[in-house]
Amino acid sequence: MPKITNLAELQQLRQQLQRDIKARTDTTTTITVGMGTCGIAAGAREVMHAILAELDRRGILAHVTTVGCIGMCSKEPLVDIQQGNEPRVTYGNVKPDMVPRLIQEHIVEGHVVDEWVVGRVAG
Amino acid sequence: MAEQYRADVLVSCLHDRAPDLLPALQKEVEQRGLAGEVRVVEAGCRGFCSLGPVLLIEPEGTFYVGVQAADVPELVEETLVKGRVVERLTYREPTTRKRIPRYEDIPFHRQQQRIVLRHCGLINPTSIEEYIAVGGYQALGKVLSEMTPEQVIEEVKKSGLRGRGGAGFPTGRKWEAARKARGDIKYIVVNGDEGDPNCFMDRALMEADPHSILEGAIIAAYAVGAHHGFFYIPFEHTLSVKNVRTAIEQAREYGLLGNDILGSGFDFDVEIRIGAHCFVGGESTAVMAAVEGRASEPRSKYVHTTEKGVYNRPSCLNNVKTLSIVPEIILRGADWYASIGTEKSKGTTVFSLAGKINNVGLVEVPMGITPRELVFDIGGGIPAKRKFKALQIGGPSGGFLPESLMDMPMDYETLDQAGAMMGTGGVIIADDHTCLIDTVKYFLEFLQEESCGKCTPCREGLPIMHAILTRFTKGEGSVADLEVLESLARSIKVTSLCGLGKSAPNPVLSTLRYFRDEYLAHIEQKKCPAGVCKALVTFVINDNCTGCAACVRKCPQNAISGELKQPHTIDQSLCIKCGVCRDTCKFDAISVA
Repeated sequence: MPKITNLAELQQLRQQLQRDIKARTDTTTTITVGMGTCGIAAGAREVMHAILAELDRRGILAHVTTVGCIGMCSKEPLVDIQQGNEPRVTYGNVKPDMVPRLIQEHIVEGHVVDEWVVGRVAG
Repeated sequence: MAEQYRADVLVSCLHDRAPDLLPALQKEVEQRGLAGEVRVVEAGCRGFCSLGPVLLIEPEGTFYVGVQAADVPELVEETLVKGRVVERLTYREPTTRKRIPRYEDIPFHRQQQRIVLRHCGLINPTSIEEYIAVGGYQALGKVLSEMTPEQVIEEVKKSGLRGRGGAGFPTGRKWEAARKARGDIKYIVVNGDEGDPNCFMDRALMEADPHSILEGAIIAAYAVGAHHGFFYIPFEHTLSVKNVRTAIEQAREYGLLGNDILGSGFDFDVEIRIGAHCFVGGESTAVMAAVEGRASEPRSKYVHTTEKGVYNRPSCLNNVKTLSIVPEIILRGADWYASIGTEKSKGTTVFSLAGKINNVGLVEVPMGITPRELVFDIGGGIPAKRKFKALQIGGPSGGFLPESLMDMPMDYETLDQAGAMMGTGGVIIADDHTCLIDTVKYFLEFLQEESCGKCTPCREGLPIMHAILTRFTKGEGSVADLEVLESLARSIKVTSLCGLGKSAPNPVLSTLRYFRDEYLAHIEQKKCPAGVCKALVTFVINDNCTGCAACVRKCPQNAISGELKQPHTIDQSLCIKCGVCRDTCKFDAISVA
């Protein structure tokens, strides 16, 4: 591996490496994917992989967690996004190809994608 | 592309108890197709050793204790796939019996303030990348690019940091003396021998976060003007040696050790020196002797080691805990560190809790914590609803503190005045079933074996004290013995050369001071109130007996008899006084006559 020759390089390396341990770092954004049997059958795993890949591509530090069935099986895969103290927003029938827009608009720009929302819970 | 894991499973406190757990976890994660999203990390000790192996699942913070390979399929299915908590594996609070699923909510963790142990159990100790990711080597970068050696020393002095090896010498002053010492070759010595048996806090740190020690050592070298260092580790700490060696190699690869570190022109490298662990072996001059390849015996310190240490060169020796604190002081400032702790003892300290206490393990708390907070809040209290009797602190040569001092803020000074000492922070709790005379006897047995034999008072005096205590436990002592014991203890304390001899009488002196009644009970009434000294104990069954027969089944001698639901009796001719019946009884029906 290349030697680190100054402080700036060390800091740059740290920023890259931080993403690798983001599960252990505090973040303000949590994305939750419904992974009950219903969710998995509807393709939740593929959606989650798409989320992980998109976050990585953009270098966004966000936690991705899984939960069991919430009871709204017909709308699976369900994806919740919570940022800071904002209300938790639930998106339904999420497909992998919807993920880039979700992340771009909700997380990067801060606009909820209303047309895909199925519910909101105050944070 | 870096792997994007959504969850990290941090496995800690394995300590050889479940060798098949890690492979089982890895296999299960792979079989369930989670390999790219869930990562299993072998992290260092979290301090929760008694409940190991423990698992922390991030980002949720779910915490499982006592996990075995057989639990893996359920755990992976429920928690990692479905995001549910497996209730039966969560921590149960010993006093309230409530289950606490999240690590952050556990009192043992919540009431700690971790500076030394800040990364222990949270990062993979064999990965320099993880250490850099959590901010590692940033302090070194700051020191080398922005600070002069004098400024570094000033900052450490201002922080009030004192040596965590036990003596509590101000670190900044030691560095200053080593900087000012004459000589073109100077050495840094990193002391990884804690001396205290079964204390294992230095070992835990070396295993779990070796890079923080290394970073502190490089900063120390820069401050002192040393270009070579020795990392001393007892050979018994095999995992420490392995992890420190890996850390040194990784730091060299990244250019953090060697020539021209971070382009500053400063050169420093460190080599590992391995010695044999013994009680005096952690003493600074003994460590230096061992570094040179000689037997680890202390020498007189009228010439300071900062002037003539290893190979007669100016040497700066620091404990591993002290060094690991330094990067935090550099990054967060001396004022931040000085705001924690008491007037003269700044910062936090690590205690190793053992004995009759629910949460056995390593904890880090601010200086000035009271024994009561340590035992009952963080330690979770005394098991089996027994009564607290004494807190022994400072290792085998530390002192015993009674109930009346439970609200004393503990720091270097107050403990010294109370006849105990901080030492490396080993804490042993005694309950009312612990005989202190017997315990002191046990410590003296250890100390007389560990005495190097150089000074007569220690070499000859300790066996005599041990013999007197043995007489007490057999009911053969007299009040005159007590006086001999006391004067012997005082003279050993003032006439020995090194810390071992000077502190070895502490257990005797402190118990004579606070628990004289227990000595008198052994001598005058020929009784052992705790029911431990076999020659002085008769177990009898009192009126509380419900005739449940629990003790009958447990007695190894079949000495207890009686009808069900009728009071039982003990046949004294068969009884070997092991006390099993008393520990078994739920009704306090077995007492010491």
